[in-house]
Amino acid sequence: MDISTKNTEAPPPAPQPAVAQHKRAARGSTRPGDRIFLGLSRGSGIFLLVIMAAIAVFLTYRASLAISKDEANFLTAFEWNATAVPPRFGIAVLAFGTVVSSIIAMVLAVPIAVAIALFLTHYAPRRLSGPIAYVIDLLAAVPSIVYGLWGALILVPHMNGLFGWLNNYFGWTGILSWEGGAPRSMLTVGILLAIMILPIVTNVSREVFRQVPQMHEEAALALGATRWEVVRMAVLPFGRSGVISASMLGLGRALGETMAVATVLSPTFDIQASLLNPGGGTFAQNIASKFGEATEQGRDALIASGLVLFVITLLVNGAARAIIARRKEYSGANA
Amino acid sequence: MAKRIDVSGLTAYYGSHKAIEDISMTVEPRSVTAFIGPSGCGKSTFLRTLNRMHEVTSGGRVEGKVLLDDEDLYGAGVDPVSVRREVGMVFQRPNPFPTMSIFDNVAAGLRLNGSYKKGELSDVVEKSLKGANLWNEVKDRLNKPGSGLSGGQQQRLCIARAIAVEPKVLLMDEPCSALDPISTLAIEDLIGELKERFTIVIVTHNMQQAARVSDRTAFFNLAAVGQPGKLIEIDDTERIFSNPSVQATEDYISGRFG
Amino acid sequence: MSHAITDKRPSTLRGASLPKWSPYAFAACSVAVAIGIGVAAGLSSKIQWGLIAAVLFVVITYGVAARVEGRRQAKDRIATSFVWVAFLIALVPLVSLVWVTVSRGVKVLDVYFLTHSMGVVADSEPGGGIYAAILGSLEQVALATLIAAPIGVLTAIYLVEYGRGSLARAITFFVDVMTGIPSIVAGLFILSLMLIFEMQPFGFAGSLALAILMMPIVVRSTEEMLKLVPNELREASLALGVPKWRTILKVVLPTSLGGITTGIMLAIARIAGETAPVLLLVWGNPFINANPFEGAQASLPLYIYQQYANSSGSGAAYDRAWAASLTLIAFVMILNLVARGIARWKAPKTGR
Repeated sequence: MDISTKNTEAPPPAPQPAVAQHKRAARGSTRPGDRIFLGLSRGSGIFLLVIMAAIAVFLTYRASLAISKDEANFLTAFEWNATAVPPRFGIAVLAFGTVVSSIIAMVLAVPIAVAIALFLTHYAPRRLSGPIAYVIDLLAAVPSIVYGLWGALILVPHMNGLFGWLNNYFGWTGILSWEGGAPRSMLTVGILLAIMILPIVTNVSREVFRQVPQMHEEAALALGATRWEVVRMAVLPFGRSGVISASMLGLGRALGETMAVATVLSPTFDIQASLLNPGGGTFAQNIASKFGEATEQGRDALIASGLVLFVITLLVNGAARAIIARRKEYSGANA
Repeated sequence: MAKRIDVSGLTAYYGSHKAIEDISMTVEPRSVTAFIGPSGCGKSTFLRTLNRMHEVTSGGRVEGKVLLDDEDLYGAGVDPVSVRREVGMVFQRPNPFPTMSIFDNVAAGLRLNGSYKKGELSDVVEKSLKGANLWNEVKDRLNKPGSGLSGGQQQRLCIARAIAVEPKVLLMDEPCSALDPISTLAIEDLIGELKERFTIVIVTHNMQQAARVSDRTAFFNLAAVGQPGKLIEIDDTERIFSNPSVQATEDYISGRFG
Repeated sequence: MSHAITDKRPSTLRGASLPKWSPYAFAACSVAVAIGIGVAAGLSSKIQWGLIAAVLFVVITYGVAARVEGRRQAKDRIATSFVWVAFLIALVPLVSLVWVTVSRGVKVLDVYFLTHSMGVVADSEPGGGIYAAILGSLEQVALATLIAAPIGVLTAIYLVEYGRGSLARAITFFVDVMTGIPSIVAGLFILSLMLIFEMQPFGFAGSLALAILMMPIVVRSTEEMLKLVPNELREASLALGVPKWRTILKVVLPTSLGGITTGIMLAIARIAGETAPVLLLVWGNPFINANPFEGAQASLPLYIYQQYANSSGSGAAYDRAWAASLTLIAFVMILNLVARGIARWKAPKTGR
């Protein structure tokens, strides 16, 4: 972790000369107004970098305090007794639960969100699409705790029917078997997360699809493309990196979502083979649920698990960015 | 393979606004017909009614008939998608698909109908690029994005893309207005070659260009802003530019236009 | 006779096409068959009926369209129906969410509820209200905005107007990374500082975490807005001999002001509903504490969670949770509506 910390801190001093040189050429003057303004705006940018570095440093520091006292293997242990003496805790269960619930959410939400975005930009009657887009815009702003409350009190009771059906027909797969407990399981969490990220993924995708230049769509039309072929030739390729960044936003929300999971899931500290049986946990949910009774040692352990969540979201973002960057050659040339 | 276009009594609307009114004309196969006229006279709108692109714009609708070798484009049961396959179009601003390579751009229309073997496809692409006088400039970088080409090359790429699907008619909406004089010349030369194979209709603001490339010229005008555009006359280009039969045409061509 | 033959000659334009009502017919037909199968096979679950109907619809549409109109049109039809179905499916939970929140929220939402706090009212009893929570939320969010908005806007200006070197690339990259920071991690960061300095929870700690969450949102939205300002405008101003900083202040910012304000307000709406960092750092407080710099404070989203979690199934607590949810949603929605109003009012020229 120390190495990555150094990396995050490194950029500000190192590039200074190159930037300054560049700027002098661009600015061509040493007016005080220009200097102050540039200083302020660059300072703000550097401040953001400092915050990021500080997050990494302080989380790592507190986490190292906790992990050094951990008697169990932090990465693989299936238990969380951080306040016991000696403390024993590990994140395997949390990592599993976080990844599984987010994958369920993405698999359900992204195709539907892209379809809705296409619906709004290319299929719905114009009179309809304006108001609907507006409503979805507003839904994206609904706080996650409200989704959590709705999920716990409304969605959970409604899952019984679906779970029974899945168990009847797909129970043999193991991952969809159900022992009849309250449906506060990973699948319910995944579905709720999907509903939560749906508006934001839809919104971002819709914005991107709407920006597809008319002339590209007309080019496809003039070649004799059907509506779907126009979408495939002109709209989706143009919007691909946008859809990826929309999904990235959604995934980031799903990975780190705390309250909706904390309200819906009935957590246990083990891995359930079935997505339907209650149990399991996620990083964020575990922090929220265990925080109240934790001692300082317990909090440091929770911070350690939070650091892992931080690193995971970092990797996800990095991967998504790499994908977008590879697409730049094409879409960038157009802008 | 070029086809004749017979337009009779064509009126086009944007919502309730009548953009062009009661236009009738015939466009002969293997000829270049130029549409000239002041801005807003509806020549581009009229062009877009010839491959049913007008109705893509919101509120766009059309009355009247456009016969393509005796078949009405606006007849019952006619699929606009098939119409656009028969009647290709090149736009004012070059619009290669930004996410596709040069090769894929040209192949885009062909791929819609699937079932091409790889070799066949590259043959057609090569032929089309040659047909658009672009082959020598891009043959070494077929896999690079089309948006990396110069404006004039992009426009010829779009022409290659349009002719790759072997349309019967090629519509060009001010194809040179965004280009420099040298690129314009290249496109004009190309139009001269293409008319051996296609029926070409070109909208242009540039009267010299109309005089240079076209066999026949149609002059459009509108009585006043907000009034629908009308076809004033259509005749051999030579006649239109030397001895037009309508005074308004002569005024416009000689620059005595209000 | 000859006329018929002329019509039959292979037309390139006139593909056979299905009548306009055919999707409805297919839908009705597949629903009917699905019900038939469901009844005949004694399937009790309506989900099964729905799935069978959906599968039938897809198969029938594709089959008929492919035969009559060709494969390309069939694909087009499938895509169209998928897009419509996706839209309708998504509507169900979203409509339910809004409906339930409003219908249950209005039960106890009244002036008393808005102007009183929980105090000594037990979680399972009726009564009490959200005054302390509203007050706490407003203070925390306002402080967070005061920190995040200027830094965010300035950073965006740097990125769009000045940044080209590797510093700008690093900032862009880390703003992206920051966008992905889970709110609870931002909370843990401030918590780790508090542990080091042995501080007790207080409102401003929550503000700091919220500010961290808000900054990247503001940077991103401002950046987008600044990029929309046409370069011609900048060049026109620079060509008149106006210095760059004045060009930014007098030309670029005013042009995009509506959009920037909108972005900031949307960011406020976003952080106003954040619960996790507030849970860690501010703790919640049934009593009124107007000082964000000392002592545990209440917060509206946190109030919802605590009413739900501590209620042990009490109806009164759930009612309060819904009423607080409705209040929070109303606050967020009003912010959204005002933000959009500003965007429309301030930028009539760029609006399409």
